[in-house]
Amino acid sequence: MSIKHSLLALLQSGPMYGAQLRQEFEHRTGGTWPLNVGQVYTTLGRLERDALVVSTGAADEEGRIAYQLTDAGRAEVQQWWSVPVGREQTPRNELAIKLALAVTLPGVDVQQIVQTQRTATMTHLRDLTRLKRGADGEDLAWELVLESLIFADEAEVRWLDHVEARISRLTPTRAKASRTAPVATAENAGAREGARR
Amino acid sequence: MTTTSTLVLENVERTHGTGETAVHALRGVSLTVSAGELVAVMGPSGSGKSTLLNVAGGLDTPTGGTVSVDGADLAGLSRAGLDRLRRRTMGFVFQDLNLIPSLTAIENVSLPLELDGLSVRKARAAAKDALGKVGILELADRFPEHMSGGQQQRAAIARALVGDRRLVLADEPTGALDSTTGEAVLRTLRDQCDDGAAGLLVTHESRHAAWADRVVFLRDGVVVDTTGDPATPESLLSRVI
Repeated sequence: MSIKHSLLALLQSGPMYGAQLRQEFEHRTGGTWPLNVGQVYTTLGRLERDALVVSTGAADEEGRIAYQLTDAGRAEVQQWWSVPVGREQTPRNELAIKLALAVTLPGVDVQQIVQTQRTATMTHLRDLTRLKRGADGEDLAWELVLESLIFADEAEVRWLDHVEARISRLTPTRAKASRTAPVATAENAGAREGARR
Repeated sequence: MTTTSTLVLENVERTHGTGETAVHALRGVSLTVSAGELVAVMGPSGSGKSTLLNVAGGLDTPTGGTVSVDGADLAGLSRAGLDRLRRRTMGFVFQDLNLIPSLTAIENVSLPLELDGLSVRKARAAAKDALGKVGILELADRFPEHMSGGQQQRAAIARALVGDRRLVLADEPTGALDSTTGEAVLRTLRDQCDDGAAGLLVTHESRHAAWADRVVFLRDGVVVDTTGDPATPESLLSRVI
């Protein structure tokens, strides 16, 4: 996540000191990605070093220093708005890695891994949906962040369903052999119900 | 807990046929839905979700175990008794809306009450209430063909909820609706449960199941997992984010 660009973007609305920037950032994103004030000041220090921001003057009576954008800082924000968020570097996806390893190593119950994850992701999705139900449509920024998380969970559940379907197609003999007779007939029921749909 | 459980399934089995060709659609499913609670059932095609819903609503008879609604064991009811329970206590919402094309929205909604012997005036008043709840009171006198898919589905939900329905059973109720309309339908279902109905929702869409308090995962006729109870509002924020 680009803290640097987020802070620069917030400074578009006027000079602010560190604690204010942190508060504004968390307010707009519903506290989804909490920042500690140390991170904010470290980032401000780098931005000042790179001449993207400049302090508006000496510290106030509480020792707070406000910062404002320089022309270079303003240009940097404009650049940020105009380019897409980078997709070149695929972020490490622990679940994808886990399943890639699970399907290639012996003795791992892939179906159980898929189900355990699906339950956990569904629980998270349900809790997000409850938050969304409680939202009244007045805080657009927060609701959009929430919906982004909802869509991500949904995509993950769909992918897990897909993984499960692919595994059961790939290993029909192994799956059948490991099951008892009533289950095998239940699978016939499945085929019939599927055919009806 | 048992006093507020509207729907109780205990070790329910449903087998079609016998011997080697027997098909086990449900193999010992236990499930409780309390008043005010919406429970979603998810699972791949053929996992038994629709059979579960049909058994819960007395539309299909289990070959083992018990199903009770409001404390009454369905197996102990006469045909007429079961019909009465279904008419008065249960509401069904299916993917295909089954609205009667020659009746207006309000006539469709009041029909079950009129069949139950309520006066037309009282039935219409209750139907008006139900249409208001789903937000389409102004369409009361329209025929289904003059309503959008979403409006028709809401009318179908109003019909499922009219009167004192304490158990709502929904099978893919958002069917072919677009996502915004589908969400409105789920919101209506959710509101009914918040008002005290018990709801059982069968769906393959995680986005829809997420409206439930609990999600039950079915596979090969067995419950393989269930999500935990919902977080309290206070702990929700800290847990979610």
